[in-house]
Amino acid sequence: MIQISPHAEAAQACKLDDRSLYLRRLVLRAVRSAGRGHVGPALSLIEIVRVLYDDVLRIDPRSPRDPDRDRAILSKGHGCLALYALLADRGFFPVSELDGFCGTDSILGGHPEYGMVPGVEASTGALGHGLSIGVGLALAARMRGRTYRTFVLLGDGEINEGSVWEAAMGAAKHGLDNLTALIDYNKLQSYGPTDYVMPLEPLADKWRSFGFAVEELNGHDVGALRTTLGQVPAVPGKPTAIICHTVKGKGLPAAESNADWHHKNKLTDNELDAIRVAVGDF
Amino acid sequence: MNMIHKLAARDERVLYIGSDPGAGTLRAMSKEFPDRHLIEGISEAHIIGMSAGLAMEGYLPYVNTIATFLTRRCYEQVAIDLCLHNLPVRLIANGGGLVYAPLGPTHQAIEDIAIMRALPNMTVVCPADADEAARLMEHTLDWPGPIYIRLAKGGDAIVSKAEHGFEIGRAIVMRSPGDVLMVTTGIMLQRALAAADLLAAQGISAGILHMHTVKPLDTEALMRAIQGVKLVVSLEEHVPAGGLGSAIAETLIDNLGGGLPAMLRLSLPDRFMHNYGSQDSLLKKHDLAPGSIAAAIQRSLAAPEKSSSQLHST
Repeated sequence: MIQISPHAEAAQACKLDDRSLYLRRLVLRAVRSAGRGHVGPALSLIEIVRVLYDDVLRIDPRSPRDPDRDRAILSKGHGCLALYALLADRGFFPVSELDGFCGTDSILGGHPEYGMVPGVEASTGALGHGLSIGVGLALAARMRGRTYRTFVLLGDGEINEGSVWEAAMGAAKHGLDNLTALIDYNKLQSYGPTDYVMPLEPLADKWRSFGFAVEELNGHDVGALRTTLGQVPAVPGKPTAIICHTVKGKGLPAAESNADWHHKNKLTDNELDAIRVAVGDF
Repeated sequence: MNMIHKLAARDERVLYIGSDPGAGTLRAMSKEFPDRHLIEGISEAHIIGMSAGLAMEGYLPYVNTIATFLTRRCYEQVAIDLCLHNLPVRLIANGGGLVYAPLGPTHQAIEDIAIMRALPNMTVVCPADADEAARLMEHTLDWPGPIYIRLAKGGDAIVSKAEHGFEIGRAIVMRSPGDVLMVTTGIMLQRALAAADLLAAQGISAGILHMHTVKPLDTEALMRAIQGVKLVVSLEEHVPAGGLGSAIAETLIDNLGGGLPAMLRLSLPDRFMHNYGSQDSLLKKHDLAPGSIAAAIQRSLAAPEKSSSQLHST
């Protein structure tokens, strides 16, 4: 039997502050416009992406290709609504772009595209690609003597992919302590619970045995994320894996831990009313 | 392969990335440029993604392993990480076609041209011999986007000529077109030259257009070379679907519409090879040795009303 992590329990109980609610409103604004979107996978990610873009990444929206910028790759590309909300809010593109989400001529598709969306470092959507690209970026920094850092956000379902573990071995081989993997461990993939689809436990031990320094935290706790992300690498000479215990659909009671909200095709009037109650009018 | 070392000496962007190549591969490079000689394990999907990351930062990775592993194993990474991002990673595929004949169908790259050619932004080049491969490598430093380079066994007869020069995407007229035009890629050039000699002895003049670059196909050279010929013949060490013959047929249709010339596609059959032996013995077995090629062309010229697929099936 799997032991429930105290971080997972804390994630369930965690209250969201005004900024977290505001960012959720941005996500839901895009979903409402498009009539579709991966709601659950975006809402579990919001605080992780928020702390990265607000507090951790050395980036400047006015110069998104600065060679010294920190790199962040959303390997679980289906969580892009959280990324779009942050990029829009930080000024990489106008917030009004969110209203075109998934439109024929929009820059914002259902998975993020490099070259289309300012601030997006790699096109993702097919799972199991981002960590390898991150290894390449981090190795290039090492070889070139650059100080930028690379962060890769992975889904828990995503790490079913064998290529993730190939990349983990590669990162450890090169001792890439400028590389951090963040795992959005919401414990629910498309079909259902991760421990039904493909059990991941003992997850921290897995990453540790692959040569990573491992941290675990409540992925909705902004303070804990700031502290832990502010101290990477956790161990010099090793890549870091941060297992972020989260709740899929966090912030919308109807969506929380509900596999039916993995991808939402249309929102009913009743659902929209419930969203307004949960996160405020949008 | 030694060209990678030479290019690395000239251009600090050049990296060699192998999975688990033969012991001592590029040993001299590993000594001179240890930081740019990377051996990353039997993890092709990861290696392609990592190469994409390195290329995003300005490096020119030359990724090397056996052709089947570099195509089938990591196709999604090639499609998305390399082609969608249009990154200058060079895929150096050992053992294109039937080179690994004794090792069986898991190691024989018989559909690689088709699946690589299908990808937007990908360039596909199949040099005929070591000299041509070396000339090609000179041009890989500045070519935009990914390149799939299908290498043969090594030690193939040198038939390419320096005076023809080399440009990616520019076909080479090896023999002027006559009654017949053979279009070749890779080591089928050697077979075509021998077949042309056999045909000449029978009074049939056969030209040869060497299409070392299958994508982008040199449409201009092809359209020029087919002028006045009775039969266009494609020759490839590849299944019939999607390779050079398909590319030529598509190009002719797109450029001529009606009035297509008679065409004969000579290729491997549409099946996995369950025979071993050698590259040469399997080519013979599948009627791609010079004598069989010449005979198929003679039959086709004598029976122009038959479709090429009837002629092809044996």
